[in-house]
Amino acid sequence: MRNGNPTVKVGLATCAIAAGAAKVYETVKESLKDTDITLERAGCMGMCYSEPNIEVIEPDGVKYFYGNLTPEDAAVIVEEHVKKGNPVQELLILGEGCQTEDASFLSKQHRILLKNCGHIDPEDIESYMAVGGYEGIRKALTTMTPDEVIEEIKLSGLRGRGGAGFPTGMKWMFTRQAEGEQKYIVCNADEGDPGAFMDRSILEGDTHSVLEGMLIAGYAIGASIGYVYIRAEYPLAIRRLKLGIAQARERGFLGKNVMGSTFSFDINIREGAGAFVCGEETALLMSIEGKRGMPRFRPPFPAQKGLFGYPTSINNVETFGNVPRILHQGASAYNSLGTEKSKGTKVFALAGKIKRGGLVEIPMGTTINEIVFAVGGGISTGKPFKAVQTGGPSGGCIPANLGDTPMDYESLQKIGAIMGSGGLLVMDEETCMVDVAKYFLDFTKEESCGKCTFCRAGMNQMHKILERICDGEGREEDIAILDDLAHKIKMGSLCGLGQTAPNPVLTTIRYFRNEYDAHVKEKYCPAKKCKALIEYSIDPEACTGCTLCAKQCPTDAISGQRKEPFVIDDSKCVRCGLCINSCRFEAIKVTSEPRVTV
Amino acid sequence: METNELKVLAGENPLFAIKEIVQRHNAYLGSAIPILQDIQNTFGYVSPEMMMRVSDFSGIPVSELYSIVTFYAQFRLEPIGENLIQVCHGTACHLAGAEKITEALQFETKAPAGGTSPDRKFTVEKVACIGCCSLAPVMNLNEDTHGRLTPDKVKKVIKARLKAAEAEAESKGGSKDA
Ligand SMILES: Cc1cc2nc3c(=O)[nH]c(=O)nc-3n(C[C@H](O)[C@H](O)[C@H](O)COP(=O)(O)O)c2cc1C
Ligand code: FES
Repeated sequence: MRNGNPTVKVGLATCAIAAGAAKVYETVKESLKDTDITLERAGCMGMCYSEPNIEVIEPDGVKYFYGNLTPEDAAVIVEEHVKKGNPVQELLILGEGCQTEDASFLSKQHRILLKNCGHIDPEDIESYMAVGGYEGIRKALTTMTPDEVIEEIKLSGLRGRGGAGFPTGMKWMFTRQAEGEQKYIVCNADEGDPGAFMDRSILEGDTHSVLEGMLIAGYAIGASIGYVYIRAEYPLAIRRLKLGIAQARERGFLGKNVMGSTFSFDINIREGAGAFVCGEETALLMSIEGKRGMPRFRPPFPAQKGLFGYPTSINNVETFGNVPRILHQGASAYNSLGTEKSKGTKVFALAGKIKRGGLVEIPMGTTINEIVFAVGGGISTGKPFKAVQTGGPSGGCIPANLGDTPMDYESLQKIGAIMGSGGLLVMDEETCMVDVAKYFLDFTKEESCGKCTFCRAGMNQMHKILERICDGEGREEDIAILDDLAHKIKMGSLCGLGQTAPNPVLTTIRYFRNEYDAHVKEKYCPAKKCKALIEYSIDPEACTGCTLCAKQCPTDAISGQRKEPFVIDDSKCVRCGLCINSCRFEAIKVTSEPRVTV
Repeated sequence: METNELKVLAGENPLFAIKEIVQRHNAYLGSAIPILQDIQNTFGYVSPEMMMRVSDFSGIPVSELYSIVTFYAQFRLEPIGENLIQVCHGTACHLAGAEKITEALQFETKAPAGGTSPDRKFTVEKVACIGCCSLAPVMNLNEDTHGRLTPDKVKKVIKARLKAAEAEAESKGGSKDA
């Protein structure tokens, strides 16, 4: 028998809710109704692949972690484990005496920033304070001058996590030194990379750490107002931020005379309105000012002339999240991790064709292979690993043979990619690299604000060329034109959007030239992705004539007699894939053959 | 005033609702975007007439409001259908076959790309990453997120939604009679 009651935690971040965690939470709540066992909400543990999750913490601190649960499983866990004390082995993914593959997902990571995510209740300031929360700002206010805070951040080697990796201490120093009767802190929570969710998870799972980071920055540079610019697509993060700000105000951590000192600071929230370019700092400021988010020329940098014309320091969510830890634990603890020029850890959103996708935090300098295989468990489809894309639409594709590359700012730049904000997309052999390049360009061309001609018109041209290559109408000279346009767009664009948008095209040409050639010269798609270059057919040996596929086909392209092999009329087929989904005999084949021999 | 109260007010007296929204924000610098966001939350879209009223109450030129509404993807100039479907076309979802999901939705709902079906039951939009990449491909149907989609599953989700809508309509009709 155990002494006292266990605590039960259910993960309720966006990914968890999408996987059905709300029902699991309800079930647990219902079954615990007549007990005095504590049920808590937790943020994202990062193990998104195993949602919904329940964690049971025994009174002696031993933890059991369950994954991939249905409400029925949850009921069993409550009855057997929570109430009777018998862990349900079949459903456990982490825990005492339980050797699962999932354990390596966490053991290979180094969690500083994500330490609280999934463990504290993000909607309760006490929960954050119990693990040392708001001690960083207290230390700064009571024992350090603003210059000493900046010195400490410089010493830690912290570099901006928003993409460019600019040293945070320097940015703060410039803003502190700039003249201005008013100064601002802005937290960039626009997270525009369409495949990244690190910032969202930190905001949802450890809301107060970001607020504390902003407070410390405000004290360091002498600002009295902070803004969080957050994308409207993150309703849960917005709600928790509002709640967090209200709780911090109540405690006297925000508002006039923070913690009884002479320093005053308050934070406002501004919701983005759906424009990728607004993640760029000057565009973001325009947007907070209530205008179209069009980037402007720098200098002057925001540190000199920022929001409403006053000196402003803009930093990323993850950057702010690191700050309280640095102050609390000291710069030397922080800079002992990482490489010579890239200190600390980095959070990545590991997604794509990966077994264990989710949020991973690793020391800078960990290699790509270590992340993909040791942490992520390898490729989900069982097919060979082909490439990773870092940095989203501004980044580059890195082929599997460069898998030994350490993830740090300099090494990635050397091979034509960037660290970016932390999207890490894994691709396998079934991924067509031309299609990937086209996808990213489709995104960036739509998001170009239109100010610079090369960015606006050039990317449209590049996209058109990629489209015709995928349609099997590529011309020999197309690859040279793409290369030429890419360099001109990089040169001729004012902001980081245009300067980096051609990267996915340039890196795929550089590392996967053979795929471009296959599309252009031989008119086939090695990954069997590009619709115009593939064919659907039915294997007469395997087909049993069950008629299921014919019923599914939206264009009536499939015909035949019951119990006889069916056939697909290629002229009607739109390659939607519904038939493959419906076939239980794997009789439907997708093929792509070289058509022109050179 | 809460969003729901505003919605009620908007139904009774749209002009008052607009005035209330403008007054709530107008004292702040750079208020145009939050005002328009509240207008859209309340009315579901932003029409030229609404922009003119906002301009009357706030003093912000209509041209400036229009420039904002047309720049940011979030704003809609037309009302949406009864159900809003947002298909994620983020990177992970693209790799997992988001294109096929959108196609299946278009077949199923008859809504054109980015538009509303002729029966006004569904609006199908493309959005970027909604942060559930490990469940890719993903879509939002109104408030709910559906993951690990296949074209087949899409069909089922739409059928279930139509059925639920019918049941709702019936029970509403029923309670009126009672
Ligand atoms: C097109 C474009 C999009 C960007 N999007 C983001 C973003 O979503 N989040 C972010 O933190 N930084 C983004 N940045 C980088 C910001 O301009 C800026 O460098 C960053 O917020 C600075 O914070 P840091 O010093 O903490 O990295 C973007 C830059 C460009 C050019
Ligand atoms: S890419 Fe679709 S949820 Fe992230």
